[in-house]
Amino acid sequence: MSEPTPGTVAQFPPLAGPPLLGLHEMELNFGPQHPSTHGVLRLVLKVDGERIVSARPDIGYLHRGTEKLFETETFPMVIPHTDRMDYVAAATNNHAYCLVVEKLLGVEVPKRAQYIRVLLDEMQRISSHVLWLATAAIDLGAITPFFYTFRDREVILDLFEEYCGARLTLNCMRIGGLPVDLTPGWLEKVRAFTEPFEKCIDEYEDLLTENRIWKERTVGIAVLDEKRCIEWGVTGPVLRAAGKAWDVRRALPYECYPELEFDIPVGKNADTYDRYLVRVAEIRQSRRIVLQCLDWLEKNPGTEIRGKVPRVIKPPAGEAYASVEAPKGELGFHLVASGGNKPYRLHVRPPSFINLQALPEMAQGHLVGDLVAVIGTIDIVLGEVDR
Amino acid sequence: MTDEKPTSPEIPSPAPARPAPAPPAAAPKPAAGRLLPRPPPRSRPPLQPLRSRPGRNRPDASGRPLIASLAAAVPGAVLEAYEFVGETTVKIAPEHLVEACRYLKDKEGFTYLVDETAVDWKDRQPRFDVLLLLHSFSRGQERLRLKVAVAEGEACPTVTGVWETANWMEREAFDMYGVRFDGHPDLRRILTWDGFQGHPLRKDFPIEGIDTGAAIYPDRYPEGGGPGPKDTNRKVLS
Repeated sequence: MSEPTPGTVAQFPPLAGPPLLGLHEMELNFGPQHPSTHGVLRLVLKVDGERIVSARPDIGYLHRGTEKLFETETFPMVIPHTDRMDYVAAATNNHAYCLVVEKLLGVEVPKRAQYIRVLLDEMQRISSHVLWLATAAIDLGAITPFFYTFRDREVILDLFEEYCGARLTLNCMRIGGLPVDLTPGWLEKVRAFTEPFEKCIDEYEDLLTENRIWKERTVGIAVLDEKRCIEWGVTGPVLRAAGKAWDVRRALPYECYPELEFDIPVGKNADTYDRYLVRVAEIRQSRRIVLQCLDWLEKNPGTEIRGKVPRVIKPPAGEAYASVEAPKGELGFHLVASGGNKPYRLHVRPPSFINLQALPEMAQGHLVGDLVAVIGTIDIVLGEVDR
Repeated sequence: MTDEKPTSPEIPSPAPARPAPAPPAAAPKPAAGRLLPRPPPRSRPPLQPLRSRPGRNRPDASGRPLIASLAAAVPGAVLEAYEFVGETTVKIAPEHLVEACRYLKDKEGFTYLVDETAVDWKDRQPRFDVLLLLHSFSRGQERLRLKVAVAEGEACPTVTGVWETANWMEREAFDMYGVRFDGHPDLRRILTWDGFQGHPLRKDFPIEGIDTGAAIYPDRYPEGGGPGPKDTNRKVLS
């Protein structure tokens, strides 16, 4: 085999060919305990030899009835439950929930709290994308990125721990603002991590971006173009890798995002490799936002972290929907209030659940070995899929 | 050693109750069980409503061009339209839902179905509301909520023919509320298992859950559900 020139990729044999075993298709169970399913996803595959004819996701193994629990808790008590949905991105879950209640209450969040919220969100996005990078690479046999990414994720989790006492289930926002003010010296620690972090991202890219094996495993895998993405309601990096520059932070801005400078990275080929590039570029953008938030917070010291919120939170009856750009896509909360102190109905629009729906279309025609790349590329968390 | 502690002479015996201050002759007698008389009510200004707090009045939105053109294109579809916290909600007649969605997607650019779910109003007729949230990229990121009232035992028309993403959303609404979607290609339970009895998000479903042995002991329990309400094997978990 001739050595491919740098920057190009070896060509695959065409995927659509004559059936290998005639009409003898086999049904294969994938999961729910398979390590590459990132939790308890079960797929029922129909394979023809090594080729996937159809893949049918079977979910619900982690269903905990979170939406039923929401209805029995008062509005502030709901927040810890939201942590447990996408447990690697708890800050954005808290944020989306707080936004919808604030929308219904008409509460203004102080500027300082907005910046701290965005700072937490973006650190969470970095840690979530970095975790994705580690697991997606390890699924495809590249174990080294895991050590580099977890080295840095650990620092972020320690910073979270110093701020709110928790590493994963942060519970770090309240309706109208934040639970506590920043610890003295915390901002300097965040800066000490964030400023040299650019070099760490370069290290990840050194390992993967031009890596021939990584490219052979990801280029051209699980293509879902822009039109099909929108048809399936797919959002987040998967949609952006298809070339659509759509981001909730820009399209439906919330908090102080209009004042911050950042770009929306987009891909071109809508495949797994482009999604990897988009996510890495998003880590860089998040780092930019974190630095801007740090600048603002250092220039504007203060103590105001909560808006004027009534002691008993009773939003007026009606429906409201608010969403944030979670690391996985658009995370929305659909709240129906009946005037009481508990949500009458609180529906979550989880990006993982909606994005997972497109998996059969993405997996069709690929080899069984590529299925782990297809699952990894969507970036699902089963806690959020099943709720 | 005894557990009894020696009584120290320094510790005084339980102090007698603080001598009540002699009430001034003119003061009113304090109410029983209350140490201090309640201070006279301060004349405080009336509570200010929070800034930009949405009122209970919902301005009618049926005059907006989008709603008017929808009502003109699909006669009889729009029952009511209102605005609330900056979001527009349109109540749609169930029999015109698919037609209205098709019009909104093809002609008005609402290509992205954000969310579809149901709400249980237990004591209301019709019992359920199905909520759809649409998004348009071409109309300046506009969002629109559709609301369809569905009675218990009635079916809501499916919109899977309009947006494919409605498939799992409707399966979830069916699983959680028992709302059937007419014409859905694959209406099975999605989060609970096949054979689960009941619909967990209905308001009359117990929060403790029910014991359905159906999935674990299919030979012991008939297909379609676990022990019935009078079965002695039924346990209510608590």
